Amino acid sequence: MQLVAEDLVVERGGRRVIDGLSFAVAAGEALVLAGANGSGKTTLLRALAGFIRPVRGAVRLEGGDEELTLAEQAHVVGHANAVKSSLTVVENTAFWGNYLGSGPPGSSAATGERLDAALRHFGLDDLADFPAAYLSAGQKRRLGLARLLIADRPLWLLDEPTVSLDTASSERLVAAVNAHTKSGGIAVIATHLPLALESARTLQLAHQRIAA
Amino acid sequence: MTSFSALVRRDIKLAVREGGAIGTALGFFLIVVSLMPLGLGPDLNLLARIAAGILWIALLLAALLSLGRIFETDYEDGALDILATGQLPLELVAAAKSLAHWLTTGIPLALLAPILGILLNLDLKSYPILIATMLVGTPAVSFLGAIGAALTLKARRGGLLLAVIVLPLYIPTLIFGISAVSATAGPGGVGAAFLVLTAISLAAIVLGPIAAAAALRIQFQ
Repeated sequence: MQLVAEDLVVERGGRRVIDGLSFAVAAGEALVLAGANGSGKTTLLRALAGFIRPVRGAVRLEGGDEELTLAEQAHVVGHANAVKSSLTVVENTAFWGNYLGSGPPGSSAATGERLDAALRHFGLDDLADFPAAYLSAGQKRRLGLARLLIADRPLWLLDEPTVSLDTASSERLVAAVNAHTKSGGIAVIATHLPLALESARTLQLAHQRIAA
Repeated sequence: MTSFSALVRRDIKLAVREGGAIGTALGFFLIVVSLMPLGLGPDLNLLARIAAGILWIALLLAALLSLGRIFETDYEDGALDILATGQLPLELVAAAKSLAHWLTTGIPLALLAPILGILLNLDLKSYPILIATMLVGTPAVSFLGAIGAALTLKARRGGLLLAVIVLPLYIPTLIFGISAVSATAGPGGVGAAFLVLTAISLAAIVLGPIAAAAALRIQFQ
């Protein structure tokens, strides 16, 4: 399996943010997107997820499930956490498990065990019955990230996942990404911090100032 | 279908726990209807004649208040992006959220309507048909409203714009909803108006989510 982007051109507000970008990420590999603010990291991730239609070029997941779109095989973590304040921590995670998990046969919907493991990995197990409204920013972030472990998806698209995380939580995230790539998954991560990722390459996005 | 029911159940749970949207809609409905007799004077015959119209218009306005919330909260906290990456088609996401809106707003409003009918001296014989038409007509309110909610998602203070977009779509529901209750059309008239109202709701249930999903795809761009 590999994620391939071919001659990708994406425009935002009339400005060509990504101009003719091609790359491939093989299974078991992580791609770190680096670059200054405004260099197109978020735009690229949203284009990979299929939210933004590229002007030219294509993105595909070779060797993935033919019947699913790329977005349906991807975990997308954006700037917002997709956490509902009036649900408890465990209800938030259980919902995403039920919603995202009903996938191909074999990958059972979120079982209680798996849910516990996901919360435990991000250190939220003792907050399970706590309303998400009272969580700190970092705890909410961890709750958003717990989604990654609750449903199996080969492609992880993470946009600044370490924002408001402390050092220990960042390390837990890195461990999750490393475990994911080790088991043959692909991760594309936009970040400013050096993360201790195994088998990671860095793609430097240049600041392209080409008027459309 | 587990994704669909999970989404419907979550939205109902959120609506019940947050409570504000249902409460505001019901309170607004109550206030608008109770203002009418005060404004129009104590002419009982007049009130009875226009009761169905007042109830329907007030119901539409009350439902309008809560339409924005169909997609707004999910858009703000980023959940809409994740919902779009599920294997559930975006059309069914819109349908699930519209259904949840109907269950948590449409049905409570429809059930409150006969109680408010007392304030308007509504003919007692009209009560069963009033409840029936409102239960049958309100799905159109939620499913057509989802189109406007999706279109105005990114608009700042989109509430008024939402009203301008959605209210014209409610005209057929309003006309046939009132004529079914008024029952001035003779014995066959009630049944015909009721069936047309049902047809409008069924069409809205099918077409509303498709249009709403198309609008959401534009919003993602």
